[in-house]
Amino acid sequence: MTVRLANLSALDIAAERARLPRMFSRSPGERIRQWSGWIVVIALTLYCLHRFGFLSKDFLHGLTKFAAVVVAQLFPPTGFDNLPMFLKVMGETIAMAFIGTLLGALFAFPLSFLASKNMMRSRPLQFGTRRFADLLRSFDYLIWALIFVRAIGLGPLAGIMAIAIVETGTFIKLYSEAIENLDRKQIDGVTAAGGNGLQRIRFGVLPQVLPMMLSNTLYMFEHNVRSASILGIVGAGGIGFLLADRLRAYELQEACLIIIVLVVAVYAIDWLSKALRERLIGDHRRREPVDDAQQT
Amino acid sequence: MSVASAPRGQSARFAAEYATHRRHKKVYAILFGAAFALCTIAAGITANFDVLKLVEGLPRTTEFLLKLVPPIGVATFTADMREWYWDINKWMESLLNTLLMAWLATVLGTLIGGFFSFFAARNLAGHYLIYWTTRRLLEIVRTVPDIVWALMFIIAFGIGPLAGILAITVHTVGAQGKLFAEVNENISPLPIDGIRAAGGNWWQEIRYAVLPQVMPNYMSYTFWRLELNVRSATIVGFVGAGGIGHDLFTSVQQLYFADAGAILLIVVATIMLIDVLSESFRHSAIGKASFAQ
Repeated sequence: MTVRLANLSALDIAAERARLPRMFSRSPGERIRQWSGWIVVIALTLYCLHRFGFLSKDFLHGLTKFAAVVVAQLFPPTGFDNLPMFLKVMGETIAMAFIGTLLGALFAFPLSFLASKNMMRSRPLQFGTRRFADLLRSFDYLIWALIFVRAIGLGPLAGIMAIAIVETGTFIKLYSEAIENLDRKQIDGVTAAGGNGLQRIRFGVLPQVLPMMLSNTLYMFEHNVRSASILGIVGAGGIGFLLADRLRAYELQEACLIIIVLVVAVYAIDWLSKALRERLIGDHRRREPVDDAQQT
Repeated sequence: MSVASAPRGQSARFAAEYATHRRHKKVYAILFGAAFALCTIAAGITANFDVLKLVEGLPRTTEFLLKLVPPIGVATFTADMREWYWDINKWMESLLNTLLMAWLATVLGTLIGGFFSFFAARNLAGHYLIYWTTRRLLEIVRTVPDIVWALMFIIAFGIGPLAGILAITVHTVGAQGKLFAEVNENISPLPIDGIRAAGGNWWQEIRYAVLPQVMPNYMSYTFWRLELNVRSATIVGFVGAGGIGHDLFTSVQQLYFADAGAILLIVVATIMLIDVLSESFRHSAIGKASFAQ
């Protein structure tokens, strides 16, 4: 039997609705649960708006001030005399990210084998290494930078160490996930051909995991250029110091130039790293392999 | 067929090709290695990287880390802990502020970013110029770090959580706008055609054809963003934009290291708890609904 939509009357629909209520709408229980969820979300948001002063006159006043003072005074950028200095410090920022990422990768590489279930027999050691990595990762770069500035003094070295420590945690997680996902057969093949332990790693494990590791490392380098650009705020080197300094002194036009330098440099690095990753590894499908681990 | 049984010429050709392949690979590896070494040296010089200074600094780092924890005896455990966490009420309030800041910034940023995501999706934007402009705008907003936004908002709104919330909101708009736009671009046009064929208007198209497709991804990105924003909210306080970061920063500046250690412990416990909660929530609420890679 064919039913034509044009032949359906409102009465037919009402009859069907009475016969099969669940086809037309959710059950009352489900509805209540869904609505109460939304009500909690809305109530909490309204409370926050009230708590932080979004609903007061001062907020509107602040917004007009932001438009009038900040946005209007950012342009046009000035301070082009200082441009060579800004570029040099931007170079320092990128160098910090490079060395920090490299150190993190070097520290994490051996530890990532300890943290992989299929490589590490001892469960407590494997689990412990994983949690250690989580611990390193759970403090933001800026918090580590604050600690290292106190411990080893102002300057880029503190920033490098902050990046290296966070990255050790991130890379242990990412690398060990890559190792856990590898195909056992290739290792068995090497074993069957008479390979020893070292050869199993060299010919069975590394060819499978190295491209993934390289790609992740490059991606994190890209990400760390962004992180390194703010570490200067606590005195750990890089362009963040200049930027914070200019913003605090209300020299907005010069700050604008620094922001432009920063944005252009980040774009350039993103582009370069993407091109390299596609070239070396050919994995343009997974542009952001580690979104889950770190902020973009 | 084994290599041994192949005709002589063929196996010789294979050997030759294999040798060339190996040679090319070797040349590539050497070139790449040299370029990499050059980059490393250049970066080391630019950033004043000094291994000696690093080795010298490491013991001082351990020393500093030890200063974060005051002596705690087994016998006097409760009293020691009470003394260590002497300002727990204030810190807990800061923590609550931090969490609420992250919540509000996530909600506001997601709403605004979601609005922009329709203009940043190639299939929904209408005109290419709208698409391109929105994309670039979102990119710039996202590239400026949230702590820099915080410094700018402090100029207009003064010191306090408001500036921090706005800073994180702006960053969230950039991130969610881009991620949601990609979700929007991946939807199937068939349900839209279906609603249109049945005589639905634009709102009905969005409500019954677009939203059911994008909602699971929207939700999972939002949970994830909330998790990231809690991290951001802990650090915007370093420049005076509210939250527990402010307490941490001042205690380190004033050399109250035990306080700093106490706050760090609170922060790490919170972050780890939220990691676990968010993960289980994402899995239970969204199921396997393609956490799009």
